[in-house]
Amino acid sequence: MAEAVAFYVLSAFILGFAVLVVSAKNTVHSVLFLVLNFLFVAALYVLLGAEFVAVIQVLVYAGGIVVLYLFVVMLVNLKRPPEAHHDPHRRTRLGFGLAAAVLVELGAIAAYGAVTPTVPIAAPVGPMTGNTEQVGWLLYTSYLIPFEIASMLLLVAMIGAIVLAKREL
Amino acid sequence: MITPTHYMVLSAALFMIGVIGVMVRRNIIIIFMSIELILNAVNINLIAFSAQLHDVIGQVFAIFVIAVAAAEAAVGLGIILAFYRNKETVNIDEMNLMRW
Repeated sequence: MAEAVAFYVLSAFILGFAVLVVSAKNTVHSVLFLVLNFLFVAALYVLLGAEFVAVIQVLVYAGGIVVLYLFVVMLVNLKRPPEAHHDPHRRTRLGFGLAAAVLVELGAIAAYGAVTPTVPIAAPVGPMTGNTEQVGWLLYTSYLIPFEIASMLLLVAMIGAIVLAKREL
Repeated sequence: MITPTHYMVLSAALFMIGVIGVMVRRNIIIIFMSIELILNAVNINLIAFSAQLHDVIGQVFAIFVIAVAAAEAAVGLGIILAFYRNKETVNIDEMNLMRW
């Protein structure tokens, strides 16, 4: 019961702040709503028993990525807001229509999943250890190579961002 | 009782909000934030099924998604800055340098 209440409250906050992110007129407000959205998603991860990912979410998303966004919003000094410019070729209704098409596809997939029988899930085996310990164990054993590739990706992205943002090399 | 279906519905709704943001908004910074919302929706699915299956692999993949999102944000915002320096705009309707 408590879990259900927590889920519905967190979901309402997540979806509400997501709508505000998309609909806010001021870009800075949008970024701040994005922080709140990420924090509530992190709370949802705690509810699901994924404490390590929740902490990573707060540190990387709410702490790192959003600061990056704020810096860009501050650097990009907007004399006239992009929404004020009106392009006659732009079709906002078509955007909503395409989004509705994606929703229909998701519904079709969900309906298909509801028809096919689900396999019952086996109970967990072995002694349960801490969440962080389990994640770390998997990251450094089975998923060592993807982990290293992710670190290479971050290095490449760092170099790429510096090259792109630098005025002259 | 909260089943994975609830989490899937939440994830689909968040995904749809992100898709609408990508399709409808013109400010490219907001579009990037909508992409972050979409990636978050994916992560919610991964974590929900990780909890349902009592398997930590979903959380490992969520961490990879977060790493890729960080890389994407860094490079994408670098591109936005470089573009803004040349064209003084963040409106995607005016970003037609590579159009035929």
